[in-house]
Amino acid sequence: MTVDATWYLVLSAMLFTIGACGLLVRRNPLVMFMCVELMLNAVNLTFVTFSNVLNDVSGQVVVFFVLVVAAAEVVVGLGIIVAILRRRPNATADDVSLLRG
Amino acid sequence: MIIDTAVFIVAALVILVGALGVIFSRNPVHSALMLVMTLFGVAVLFVAQEAHFLAAVQVIVYAGAIVVLFLFVIMLLGVDTAENLSTDPLGGQRPAAGVVAVAAVGLLAVLAVRAVQVSTGAQSLSLPLDSGRSNISVLAEVLFTDYVYAFEVTSVLLVIAVVGAVVMARRPRPAPEDPAAGPAEVEAGTTEAAAEQA
Repeated sequence: MTVDATWYLVLSAMLFTIGACGLLVRRNPLVMFMCVELMLNAVNLTFVTFSNVLNDVSGQVVVFFVLVVAAAEVVVGLGIIVAILRRRPNATADDVSLLRG
Repeated sequence: MIIDTAVFIVAALVILVGALGVIFSRNPVHSALMLVMTLFGVAVLFVAQEAHFLAAVQVIVYAGAIVVLFLFVIMLLGVDTAENLSTDPLGGQRPAAGVVAVAAVGLLAVLAVRAVQVSTGAQSLSLPLDSGRSNISVLAEVLFTDYVYAFEVTSVLLVIAVVGAVVMARRPRPAPEDPAAGPAEVEAGTTEAAAEQA
């Protein structure tokens, strides 16, 4: 029973779905953000798997850029969350429904 | 071969348990720690697929920087209290999410299996992985030749993110004639001095 690419892809599909469901169900903005990270990691795993299958380094380069964009996204997103939660503590994602301060 | 299978199964269990822990933890701190567990599992699978540089970067950037940033924000805001997850704010949302989850896993799995079968095996113009050189060497050569423009744009993106974070996290400057500016400034000195400092 050898581990082939399908195993990795199915695992990646499960990880992506768990992240998506958490994003839909949870109300805490921080936990929702962590679920976005889960989905990004699932996609990274897919890229590395196909890079391995196709014997091509481009997939790993894409993962490198995804890591950079994820870091930038976390910085900006956490800045927004800090600004929101400082203004109204214990706000959930449902409370942030107006675009005016 | 047995070792490969065992490594995959253990890493997959770690990943899935960690991912479910992120969703089902009532405390955001526990969610962040479960996220670390998932990220380590993904790093192990990167090593198993010969992506050594990305495995190291995964641990350093994700587990070392991003999760620390999450924990820092949680502690800074003091939102590390347990939530009440027993009530469902939207009726029937969670069963619907479960059904969608099962359907999505099935769909994505079928897609993945088909993708491996119908893959043409055509390579891009960049380097192959099995050229006998180290993973870092191959990755660096492609990154700094074919993708150098994207790499430079990445640095601009990081600068923009830093500036944006500083602008958003900065406390708003108190208005000089604002009577609600607070007694702290009055205690620290005259209101004009505080306004000049600001």
